[in-house]
Amino acid sequence: MIELTRTIKYEADRVKGFGHDVMKVPGCENLESCIQCGTCSGVCPLSIYMDYSPRQVMALTRSDFKNEVLRSHTIWLCASCYACTVECPRQIRITDIMYELKQRAIQEGIYPKRFPIPVLAKEFSHMAHSWGRVTENWLVMRLFLKTNWLAIFKMWKLGLGLIRSGRFSVRPDKIKRRRELQKMMEMVDNVALSALPPALANNNNNHSNSKGNGQH
Amino acid sequence: MKYAYYPGCSLRGTGRAYEESLLPVFKALGVEWQEIEDWNCCGATAYMAVDEVKSCVLAARNLAIAEKAGYSDIVAPCSACYLVLNKARHYVEESKAIANTVRRALKTANLTYNCKVKVRHPLDVLVNDVGLDRIKKRVTRPLRELKVVPYYGCQIVRPYSTFDDQANPTAMDRLLNALGAELVYYPLKTRCCGGSLTGTLPEPGLLCTYILLKEAIKRQADVMSTCCSLCQFNLDAYRDKIAAKWEPVEIPVVFFSQLMGLAFGLPAEQIGLQRGFAPMKPLPAPGVAA
Ligand code: SF4
Ligand code: SF4
Repeated sequence: MIELTRTIKYEADRVKGFGHDVMKVPGCENLESCIQCGTCSGVCPLSIYMDYSPRQVMALTRSDFKNEVLRSHTIWLCASCYACTVECPRQIRITDIMYELKQRAIQEGIYPKRFPIPVLAKEFSHMAHSWGRVTENWLVMRLFLKTNWLAIFKMWKLGLGLIRSGRFSVRPDKIKRRRELQKMMEMVDNVALSALPPALANNNNNHSNSKGNGQH
Repeated sequence: MKYAYYPGCSLRGTGRAYEESLLPVFKALGVEWQEIEDWNCCGATAYMAVDEVKSCVLAARNLAIAEKAGYSDIVAPCSACYLVLNKARHYVEESKAIANTVRRALKTANLTYNCKVKVRHPLDVLVNDVGLDRIKKRVTRPLRELKVVPYYGCQIVRPYSTFDDQANPTAMDRLLNALGAELVYYPLKTRCCGGSLTGTLPEPGLLCTYILLKEAIKRQADVMSTCCSLCQFNLDAYRDKIAAKWEPVEIPVVFFSQLMGLAFGLPAEQIGLQRGFAPMKPLPAPGVAA
């Protein structure tokens, strides 16, 4: 049996207002003026692995195809090299739009299961948030525990090499004033909440709380 | 002038050879620096994917601490830190909403950030502040007959850098020239190394790395010179995997600051040269090549 999927998008697949929301975010405004020239796809070193090319992601985002872009592999394959952003003739900050789409996918919890990249992003921010610094080999270990712990054994050679060349950190690095940093982050949450209409703010509050407890 | 030094997490971890070579080189040239007190992680590209505003706040704390201590310039050697700190500055300057949140968050720690302090890369400082003449004078063992690939990676010149050309940067070329090295023409100098994909999705990530290494070997380079801790790690550490998938790629990859240390006559162990996976072949004894 061959598996058939529809590749043509219908009007009904659109989530009205999505493109508009993205284009309101600071840094993403210029998307409106994309001329679909494809320069971004041409210079992108990872486009050969993407399901939608960067140009297609721009078109889909602008035209409200929320589910397609948030579920795409493209946003996670983007390595943030900024080649597209520098070359785009319309000065569209494609890399920043990719960041915005990643944030939305994480917020909505839609990304491939056990997919290491969003897990890495979350583990990284968790570590930066609570310790103030990130120690790479610890981060990698946590990543594997959460995605594919068997892969740790495949990495033993690299780990040994790092230990031998003195590049392995036994203890994680921390900053002194961790509380200060956390207070700053709490303030960001407060500002974000006060910007929402009260009903939504309440919702959002519960949402982020339950998410926080569930993960860590 | 004294610089505020921002090491960033990777110079304390897998990229420690960068710090181990850069600081002695600064010292040899009389560049003064002071580490930013209680600096925190810049957030890198990963935090950006989770929360843009928080990543700006994270970066801005470092800028604010440096500003409070009265510095006008921060030196950030890792390209990702360099980019993220610069990006935070741009966002604060461009977006009122972000600036407002950042200001309120910093205030909880009695900090302020007024966009006074500049974020600079050591290549910029060395080439433009110290100057190639002063560097040339300090060279005691010119790197003659050493064929070097100047590899910049992506984030040092894109998109906020102002000290060099985005498509064809030359600061490292000129620096290596001053050390007496022979430059290898390398059109991939700003192509992405795969970033953190090498660890998360090996297939596409390692292909990026493999292409860079293979091209350097094809052009008969002796060594690749990098200016970013992640690039150096990617190009150096995954040789086994690349060999298993494609072919062996044996070429040493070092930091430009390690090559400077060599040219200044500093001993190899003092500039972290023992930390690479692919050993660098010894330089010709001083005087022989001349
Ligand atoms: S390079 Fe810019 S204008 Fe061209 S398709 Fe990509 S985003 Fe659109
Ligand atoms: S920033 Fe992302 S989308 Fe743009 S060229 Fe680089 S990998 Fe491709």
